[in-house]
Amino acid sequence: MDIFLQQLVNGVVLGAIYALVALGYTMVYGILGLINFAHGEVVMIGAMVALTVIQLLLASGVPLPGPVVAAIGLAAAIPTCMLLGFAIERVAYRPLREAPRLAALITAIGMSIVLQNVAMIIWGRRYHSVPSLLPVTPHQFAGATITDLQIFIVLLAALIMAGLLYLVHRTRLGRAMRATSQNPEVAGLMGVNINTVISMTFIIGSALAAVAGLMVSAYYGVAHYVMGFMLGLKAFTAAVLGGIGNLGGAMLGGLLLGVIESLGAGYIGTLTGGFLGSHYQDVFAFTVLILVLVFRPSGLLGERVTERS
Amino acid sequence: MQRRRVLGIGFALTLAFALSGCGRETPPPPPPAPKAEAPKPPPAVTVKIGSVAPLTGPQSHLGKDNDNGAKLAIDELNAKGVMIGGAKVTFALVSEDDQADPKTGTIVAQKLVDAKVAGVIGHLNSGTTIPASKIYHDAGIVQISPSATNPKYTEQGYKSAFRVMANDVQQGKVLGEYAVARMGAKRIAIIDDRTAYGQGLADEFEKAAKAAGATIVGREYTSDKATDFRSILTSVKGKKPDLLFYGGMDAQAGPMASQMKALAVGSKFLAGDGVQSPEFIKLAGAAAEGVVASSPGVPLDKMPGGKGFTERFTAKYGQVQIYAPFAYDATMTLVEAMIKANSTDPARYLPELAKMSRQGVTGPITFDEKGDLRNGPITLYLVKDGKWSTIETVGGLAAAPAAAPAPEKPAPAAEKK
Amino acid sequence: MLETAQRWARFKRDPRAAWAAYVALAVLLIALPFVTDWMLGRTWVRIVAFALLYIMLALGLNIVVGYAGLLDLGYVAFFAVGAYLYALLASPHFGLHLPFWLLMPLCAAIACIFGVLLGAPTLRLRGDYLAIVTLGFGEIIRIFLNNLNAPVNITNGPQGVNLIDPIRLGDFSLAQPHSIAGIAVPSVYNYYYLFLALALAVIFVSIRLENSRIGRAWVAIREDEVAAAAMGINTRNVKLLAFAMGASFGGISGGLFSGFQGFVSPESFTVIESIMILCMVVLGGMGHIPGVALGSVLLVVLPEALRYLGPLQQALFGRVLADPADLRLLVFGLALVLVMQLRPSGLWPSKIRRREFSAQGEEARHERESVYDAAR
Repeated sequence: MDIFLQQLVNGVVLGAIYALVALGYTMVYGILGLINFAHGEVVMIGAMVALTVIQLLLASGVPLPGPVVAAIGLAAAIPTCMLLGFAIERVAYRPLREAPRLAALITAIGMSIVLQNVAMIIWGRRYHSVPSLLPVTPHQFAGATITDLQIFIVLLAALIMAGLLYLVHRTRLGRAMRATSQNPEVAGLMGVNINTVISMTFIIGSALAAVAGLMVSAYYGVAHYVMGFMLGLKAFTAAVLGGIGNLGGAMLGGLLLGVIESLGAGYIGTLTGGFLGSHYQDVFAFTVLILVLVFRPSGLLGERVTERS
Repeated sequence: MQRRRVLGIGFALTLAFALSGCGRETPPPPPPAPKAEAPKPPPAVTVKIGSVAPLTGPQSHLGKDNDNGAKLAIDELNAKGVMIGGAKVTFALVSEDDQADPKTGTIVAQKLVDAKVAGVIGHLNSGTTIPASKIYHDAGIVQISPSATNPKYTEQGYKSAFRVMANDVQQGKVLGEYAVARMGAKRIAIIDDRTAYGQGLADEFEKAAKAAGATIVGREYTSDKATDFRSILTSVKGKKPDLLFYGGMDAQAGPMASQMKALAVGSKFLAGDGVQSPEFIKLAGAAAEGVVASSPGVPLDKMPGGKGFTERFTAKYGQVQIYAPFAYDATMTLVEAMIKANSTDPARYLPELAKMSRQGVTGPITFDEKGDLRNGPITLYLVKDGKWSTIETVGGLAAAPAAAPAPEKPAPAAEKK
Repeated sequence: MLETAQRWARFKRDPRAAWAAYVALAVLLIALPFVTDWMLGRTWVRIVAFALLYIMLALGLNIVVGYAGLLDLGYVAFFAVGAYLYALLASPHFGLHLPFWLLMPLCAAIACIFGVLLGAPTLRLRGDYLAIVTLGFGEIIRIFLNNLNAPVNITNGPQGVNLIDPIRLGDFSLAQPHSIAGIAVPSVYNYYYLFLALALAVIFVSIRLENSRIGRAWVAIREDEVAAAAMGINTRNVKLLAFAMGASFGGISGGLFSGFQGFVSPESFTVIESIMILCMVVLGGMGHIPGVALGSVLLVVLPEALRYLGPLQQALFGRVLADPADLRLLVFGLALVLVMQLRPSGLWPSKIRRREFSAQGEEARHERESVYDAAR
């Protein structure tokens, strides 16, 4: 039982991170219908910028408590990523808004390659270790071990998601975003400035990415210029699982994917009598995804796709 | 209509040639101007040596390290001046990026063959080394890999394929026996990263550990791109092993060690050469303490010239990752064979290389009939006070400083001058 | 000026001109390896051979994405199936050495079955949901290939399969240099000619398919699935057929890849490879055969041509300013972005597509919503 609980804890923390990244995908998708492949790279840049600032602060010898240093790092990463997200949309995606959608997809892939290689030139090819700034004191809880950092990650993710839900459902900007996602033209006619809304979507998504970037690198203690790609792919999968374009779906999908992966790695051997091991973890996750989509073709919380006339 | 379409395709292809033409305008790297300061210079020739490793992508930090190791060797040889066949030879290193991709690996191999290199140092990964070795073999070019450890590489019957690193079988065996005999492991769990290297090493380790009388209580798997190991570590913890072996690289082992600590997995941690890097200690932080890893060869500071190598390398390129000394040794060994044969023609110096016996910075280098390192010594290291410290060297001829004249720099060309 | 244009138009319609062009093209294609080898070195013959291989792959994906409008991000799975099938049945791994003429249809057939296996559960899915499922499918295949070395060793796991038999047609081994009519033909030339022949065959099949009943049905589904169903097209079967046909092209390419390389391992079949093939199709011009061929050739050639960035700097500035290894993929990524900015419907789109896209207003919007996105 304690092992099961531990696996659940592992999964929830991993899921919280997936959810945070998945939100970025789903927000852009909801409004533009674009899989923003470069989003994972924005996460990576966020991690790298935060890490650079943190390292500089630590090297400067100013005696600051760990959490403050982390907060300063984050404060540097968030605007950088916002600017980056804004620039990507402005330069690469906006001219293609009327173009075939796959053109935008290829552009996103191109941007992802560009950002990776720029990061490689700036931060080098090696893996960077991230100093532990938050206490990682383990707590025993009904046989499972939880660290302060894990609790903090889940709480912060929950807080950010609550904030985002408030923004989208209770504010003027949120209303404009929902309107644009339903029908950009009508929203435009109603006085919504679509360009601003789309820019804001990218900016907010990128800010989330910055937070996720620092979170991931602090949690695992590693940052590297290719870290964004797999994370992005997983987060995108999570977004689709929950129903892409739907904020609640991204959160649910992220959490579920985290838990599925964790339990899959932990129990797939026992389930199949030792025939399949933890190397089939991703097979397990993708099979669940395919099954979900076969029965609910637009994800768990996605709206049913109406057949267009 | 259809006919036009077919024509269109033809033109598409033609455009490709045009593009190929673009490449034509820029010929392969021109050799650095040969030094001609001597008043009566012997004829100067430039000899190209290829160096291949992934210079982009997740393993590029290791690839660049290999490339730098070869570069250092070439620079030192050129600075010293080498005479082969009555001519003053300047070596030029042709570095290529194989992206750790087998297809790109063969293209690059062909490119080096076209560039008429005299020998190749590379590739980094077994997955690119094996398909490329066929192309080098067919072209009669000698290849020394500094880091490909898959036994298959030298089992293809190619006379031109060598490596200056113990293969997975040799190293896995040492590690398995060491785990049981010296670390007292009875219940062992194994994790590998499902790469050719990690899986190969883990399989050999498992065999050796079982033969030595240990029980394998669990085998888990991850990938070479993963950062989250909590769920497999939780499973491992449930099986209560007293030792965990990891077949894989430092970038994964670092986070794995710290997650082990966070999850309070009490087992000892043992790994192969992919983990025996300064990078691992940085990534694992405090959790690195007490971790044991092996590395083929003899500790650098025990070798004549080893300390000097580390100093010179660090001054030029920063910290050694893992395989730079092996790339350095591979290059030096290749050139020494050329000097002994007094020729840079692979067909001529190959026999010299096959019966080579020299002291490299990583240990004594002699090849067996397959091209593997004969009796390669393997050293075990322990992380103590945030540094790798030597435990012991197993097998091989060990460090035998008396055997070689031990010049200050490993100077194969010394007696030729 | 006008006269020239008229003359050109007349010349283009003249059947004799077409024949002359064909002959010129044939001579060019036959002479290509010799010319390339002489001018650029044998590497480029190998690169061109790979380009031909990728033309076959991209045309296979073009059926699924370009004709039927189904976004497939796991196409490399079929390539992998073909490659491993060839590797396992013609190598010392199982001690089997089946002949080439038997292997090729087998590769196509088994890949075809996998295509249907993928297609069947995804028939209801649209757009990006389909994309992620196909991506998952591609990964599932790769993971199985990577791990099926235990408990029973089928694929030899991450170690890959080595010493695969080279392709041999009867007694004619492609792996050895031959001398035909006094002209030395090295091994890589043989592969070039084989790949050329098969690529032409694949192009031919693609053209025939495009104008066939099935091809039109695919396009109808792409444009509007509901309307297509209303017109009496069995959308399920037609979609499955698209997957199956596309997959069989992939399987054949995979088999050729195996024989050409002599070694296969799972690391050749990652998601990134799928994405690259998709880029070839879209960059060149979806659904347009010459465009797709152009896209494949460019994306194979460009990263290799960019290796000359170092020497180019040397020639321009007298020294290497920036490490070419740093720049190579950066420039490649920039090129992808730039091409899409300048030519959103591909470098060489079909005439219809171009017309639709250049049309403004209602038509353009309709285009955006339907043609490229039947599955939204």
